[in-house]
Amino acid sequence: MQPEEAPATVLLAGWGRATRTAADLVEPLTASGVEAAISDSGLRGVVARGMGRSYGDAALNAGGTVISTLRLDSLSDGGVVAGAGVSLRRLLAHLIPRGTTLPVLPGTAEVSVGGAIAADVHGKNHHVDGAFSEYVESFRLATPGGMINVSREREPQLFNATVGGMGLTGAIVDATLKTEAISSPFVSMDTDRVGDLESLMTLMSEGDERYKFSVAWIDCFARAASLGRGVLQRANYASELPEATLARGESQFERGPRLAPPDLVPTGALRPIAVSAFNEFRYRRSPSREREKLEAFPAFFHPLDVVADWNRLYGRAGFVQYQFVVPYGAEDVVRRVLDEQVRSPSYLAVLKQMGPSSGGMLSFPIEGWTLALDFPVAYEGLGEMLDRFDQWVAEVGGRVYLAKDSRMSSGLVEAMYPRLSEWREVAGGVDPEGVFRSDLSRRLRIKE
Amino acid sequence: MENAFGIPQSVLAIGGASEIAVAVLKAMAGKGLERVVLAGRSRESLASAEAQIRDSGVADVETMEWDVADGRRQESLVDAAFVAGGEFDLVLLSAGVLGSTSAAEAEPNEAIAVMETNYVGPAVVSLAVSQRLKAQGHGVIVLLSSVAAVRPRRANYVYGSSKAGIDFFCRGLAESLAGTGVRIVVVRPGFVHTKMTAGMPEAPFSTTADDVAREVIRGLARKDAVIWTPSILRWVSLVMRHLPLWLWRKVQERES
Ligand SMILES: Cc1cc2nc3c(=O)[nH]c(=O)nc-3n(C[C@H](O)[C@H](O)[C@H](O)COP(=O)(O)OP(=O)(O)OC[C@H]3O[C@@H](n4cnc5c(N)ncnc54)[C@H](O)[C@@H]3O)c2cc1C
Ligand SMILES: NC(=O)c1ccc[n+]([C@@H]2O[C@H](COP(=O)([O-])OP(=O)(O)OC[C@H]3O[C@@H](n4cnc5c(N)ncnc54)[C@H](OP(=O)(O)O)[C@@H]3O)[C@@H](O)[C@H]2O)c1
Repeated sequence: MQPEEAPATVLLAGWGRATRTAADLVEPLTASGVEAAISDSGLRGVVARGMGRSYGDAALNAGGTVISTLRLDSLSDGGVVAGAGVSLRRLLAHLIPRGTTLPVLPGTAEVSVGGAIAADVHGKNHHVDGAFSEYVESFRLATPGGMINVSREREPQLFNATVGGMGLTGAIVDATLKTEAISSPFVSMDTDRVGDLESLMTLMSEGDERYKFSVAWIDCFARAASLGRGVLQRANYASELPEATLARGESQFERGPRLAPPDLVPTGALRPIAVSAFNEFRYRRSPSREREKLEAFPAFFHPLDVVADWNRLYGRAGFVQYQFVVPYGAEDVVRRVLDEQVRSPSYLAVLKQMGPSSGGMLSFPIEGWTLALDFPVAYEGLGEMLDRFDQWVAEVGGRVYLAKDSRMSSGLVEAMYPRLSEWREVAGGVDPEGVFRSDLSRRLRIKE
Repeated sequence: MENAFGIPQSVLAIGGASEIAVAVLKAMAGKGLERVVLAGRSRESLASAEAQIRDSGVADVETMEWDVADGRRQESLVDAAFVAGGEFDLVLLSAGVLGSTSAAEAEPNEAIAVMETNYVGPAVVSLAVSQRLKAQGHGVIVLLSSVAAVRPRRANYVYGSSKAGIDFFCRGLAESLAGTGVRIVVVRPGFVHTKMTAGMPEAPFSTTADDVAREVIRGLARKDAVIWTPSILRWVSLVMRHLPLWLWRKVQERES
């Protein structure tokens, strides 16, 4: 075993690379190492960090301590009890040969168990199966007052404050997860190319309930009559498959990223003109209608994972992801956002329906429509535009996803997250001095 | 915390009554700016700046007496500001005086105030501030340098040398801050219509304080280390720097 090292001051960034701040990084090997890191933390507090896939400043703590969980990497009981730093990719590689999977998978498998719980992540099946926390039985939470065993039954309040709580109630050390039996690591996918937003949303509202998984990719460069045109991919787990196909599927999770942007590609190589052409190509290339195509899990769930560090393509200034959800009845906000962003079009956009909320007090999902958009930071006027979107979203009772945010101002958080005061009370109970904090919590005044 | 666009929540502006500083702060209001401390030498000009910034929607504005020309007092002023104000996301160094070249040529001691205000004070401030920001693990120092720092002119070389000095100093300090989460941004405006230039003949590529503010905000989002305002000065100055001396003299003759 490697020895625990003294903390080193390092510069950390979120996946969007738009803000970078320095913190003392500690990488404990054990639960008691985590507790020691908490009690050794200074005036600027402490927060846990998994794989740094949150886009903004949730896993940063400028001038304070950041606990990397990546060496809390134990796996036992057939993968059901996992250290907080175990990646979903590693878990899948472990579970799939045993004929099971994780019921909720976000758009990348390069996410830690701790990060998945703290952001209460959602997958393409949220409309049917809910968020990650629904499949969390219990976890151990290191707090300034000591280690707490948390489950829905034993500590309902703390459970619901920690799932979706963005690491601000304590550090999860390990978790017991529920898994789901599958007959193969493949899905049977239906694809529909849809020429405009109206038709896309109609198709989704009418048919999504027949599918476990549903997500639409939207070409944000398309205007006017083609506004919101996209490709809808919906799927269910595939049943009975030949042995050879099965074997092929199982090996897929052993591999990491296969490609990386070559060093010669300048950072910031992505330019609107190129992205626009790519989107056109992607739209045209997609079948206009295809049924029951067999697709292996990685290609279906985590298509971007084959390229390592693709976030660097956005260049030095980085990028922001803007993901919001609005309740049913507020479809107009989705249309207005797409309409308005056309002047500085999003490079990547994903639309999906969400099911009812879980119990997480700060969990993002609410029943309705969620749209995620990626923009280079350097777009002129982007900040003002997103500030306007915040207003529209808040007005209809929607919210912005904290795990993606890096730019919102503090004023709207209480409106977007009406259970914030309840959350503050629970968080204050386990962490009365506010030792757990992050750049996100400072920027949005989450703990104040 | 500054957000993804580099917009701060809290700012300490030294030379906070400067018209350019006020324009920058007003442009940040409504984008997430919440708290401002304006530091300067004259109560009256600070009070008027304070009112303008409040009107633009920032509720929490305070003022602080601060004479940047007294180099030895800077460290304790920085300490006082951070002790009272806690954390600052951005420190704006906008104090400056133009001085008079001809006055200095006649009376050498006249040059001292320009050097102390534009170079000595801000240099010590930026050292002291960078220690504080390093401890915070984040923050930006924005220095108002000038295009006058690019190449000496007979008309303003006293001022120009002080700007060249502080510009050089801050870019060097920025190197030493790599990896600390602290950045320094050097802004090099051309001729800006403010009280500093009132009554002077207008130079080519002149702009307003609001133009400068816009470019600063754009540059912060792009994480530029040097911001020229207007941006074309980046290229103009490149030419200026490489003109042969005889031609450079001719340019100056035409201007005066
Ligand atoms: C390409 C891509 C696609 C994505 N798709 C989706 C998606 O479909 N659905 C979705 O919901 N999200 C999605 N995300 C976001 C991502 O799933 C979340 O941000 C997730 O939290 C990242 O996990 P991480 O391990 O990288 O956590 P980090 O980014 O390191 O941390 C995220 C948050 O979790 C907290 N945290 C981490 N570990 C612990 C711990 N052990 N104890 C307590 N708190 C902890 C941190 O303090 C921080 O607040 C996507 C991200 C990317 C890059
Ligand atoms: N205007 C231009 O064309 C131009 C071009 C390039 C660079 N710049 C630079 O931009 C900065 C701002 O200039 P501006 O155009 O906004 O002019 P300004 O309005 O005159 O601002 C200068 C500020 O510096 C303050 N100041 C002067 N001496 C000081 C001292 N000893 N201690 C504390 N504060 C002091 C002044 O205070 P009072 O209010 O009390 O006078 C004034 O508020 C300056 O550094 C200037 O050199 C200006």
